[in-house]
Amino acid sequence: MSVVPAGIGTADEPADVTPATGDGGPGSGAPRRQRARGRTAPVGGRTASVALWVYAAFALVPLLLMLSSSFRSNGDLISNPLGAPWPLSFDAYEEAWTAGNFATYFGNSLLVTLGAVVLSTTVATMASYALARGRSRIFRWLESLFLSGLMLPIHLAILPIFYLFDGVGLVDSRLGLALLYGASGVPFSIFVLTTFFRQLPEELEEAATLDGASAWQTFSRIMVPLVRPALATVAVFRFVPIWNDFLFPLVLLRDDAKYTLPVGLTQFFGENATNYAAVFAGLVITTLPLIALFLVATRQIVAGLTAGMSK
Amino acid sequence: MNRRTGLLFVTPALALFGVFVLYPMVTAFSYAFYDWQGTARGGFAGLENFTALFTRAPFTTDLPRALLHNVLFFVGTMLVQNTIGLTVAFLLHRRVRTRRALQTLYAMPYLVSPIVIGYLWTLLLSPTFGPVNTLLTKVGLESWALPWLGDPDTALWVVILVSVWQWIGFPVLLYGAALGGVPEELSEAARVDGASHAQTFRRVTFPLLVPAIGTVSVLTFIFAMEAFALPYAFGGSTGNPAGSTDFISLLFYRTAFDSGATDAIGTSSALATLLFVLIFGGAYAATAVLRRHERRITA
Repeated sequence: MSVVPAGIGTADEPADVTPATGDGGPGSGAPRRQRARGRTAPVGGRTASVALWVYAAFALVPLLLMLSSSFRSNGDLISNPLGAPWPLSFDAYEEAWTAGNFATYFGNSLLVTLGAVVLSTTVATMASYALARGRSRIFRWLESLFLSGLMLPIHLAILPIFYLFDGVGLVDSRLGLALLYGASGVPFSIFVLTTFFRQLPEELEEAATLDGASAWQTFSRIMVPLVRPALATVAVFRFVPIWNDFLFPLVLLRDDAKYTLPVGLTQFFGENATNYAAVFAGLVITTLPLIALFLVATRQIVAGLTAGMSK
Repeated sequence: MNRRTGLLFVTPALALFGVFVLYPMVTAFSYAFYDWQGTARGGFAGLENFTALFTRAPFTTDLPRALLHNVLFFVGTMLVQNTIGLTVAFLLHRRVRTRRALQTLYAMPYLVSPIVIGYLWTLLLSPTFGPVNTLLTKVGLESWALPWLGDPDTALWVVILVSVWQWIGFPVLLYGAALGGVPEELSEAARVDGASHAQTFRRVTFPLLVPAIGTVSVLTFIFAMEAFALPYAFGGSTGNPAGSTDFISLLFYRTAFDSGATDAIGTSSALATLLFVLIFGGAYAATAVLRRHERRITA
């Protein structure tokens, strides 16, 4: 894997840059424009367009089916699996949310995920700033130590984590889970943020120091606001895997009042496997925050997905 | 920034990372080399825990089977990803107006928890009420309306295909970004020299995509070796039906937390170590090969 810090800023670049090279530009003459158009014509023409949209439907229909099924009654679902969700029924949601304890699971997931994201983003921002600016050799060494964590399959360390938690009373604790996720997010966050801090001109800090700002003031008042886009990318991108993680809560939580959504969902599915409508509602409840997040932060998620791609 | 201030800034991250990631990771290996009675650690056991994995039931049957499934998972995902994924990325390239929207739609299933995806497809493929079989029957394909997940011969392929369905947006994005990085002048020059579209792709574009394909392959390898949540949702911790969806991570989970064996910690840690070596070794070797290729094309 190329862990070359090509910079997360470049992640979006290909998409933004290619259109610009495509059009001949307003000043170019007709023949040149003609050639430019022929060069950038989409491959495959209309047929390919249809195929691409059909594939988009294939990606989306199962999710839409999940949504529509959750608004139907169970009897209706069994008699006609492909029917329309009309009239809308909210019974399944009521059942899942209260009787199925999804309200509790939802709150737990939110607490653990937000706690972990805030924690790892905060400590990683501070560390990244020092790693980007520190001149001593020890910072180079520390940076590679952190980056080695990008490749570590942390789930394989579940046994030592379990006994570590057991020793300090963090088993069956949401705090323990948040600390663990916070720690596991440090390498990715540092990876992205150091690249960003390095792109900022050093004159900014020199000016701040001349004006009498302390290191902390320079960091918090000047540097952090400048890397805000990267902070958003890191936070949003870390949110998804933590929200979805299954193994750690499965092993580390006991009391079902502390379950996060994936584990609560598993319990609910095991006990209500034939109450299809309620299960569909549970699936939607588990997924909805991520879809909402995706709609407001597509850019950050896409940037996170392509982070570290060396061009 | 001087050294002392810098170290102060790094300390919180280092403490968190050290305690909850590095320390468990390092001790995970040491566990595998000790004798365990329940949670009590005995003396140094050398490679005893490792030999148990190859000589003792249930490992002698479960481990090779699970490993085979991981490998099939990897190979299957690779085949689909690098044919359909690359084709889709190639077709999307230059569709200036619709590319963003389509890429976004393709990436949607990636967001959804593997657990949700597993239960969703379990319901969709249910033989009693499943919409998929209802649809197949409606369009006259009754013979295709099978209990896909209940049959040990097809269950694994369902798991693999569903996983590919969920993840395909990722290679499409990466390949899209890589295609965007291929200088237009190169393929244009080839076209001017009289190369056909197919030739241009094979001789010019494709070699420049190899680094991206390599990156996707390495990530897919790690992902396939670690598969846990999706197969768990489909077949529980035992890989139902009849162990046909068993994977190494599931075997590890069963050994560590469900087996009740007195030396469970030792053997499961040995299994985790083995898996780690496999993942790291595979990824490292692939990256080395890749770097050599990269040097050749940039030279």
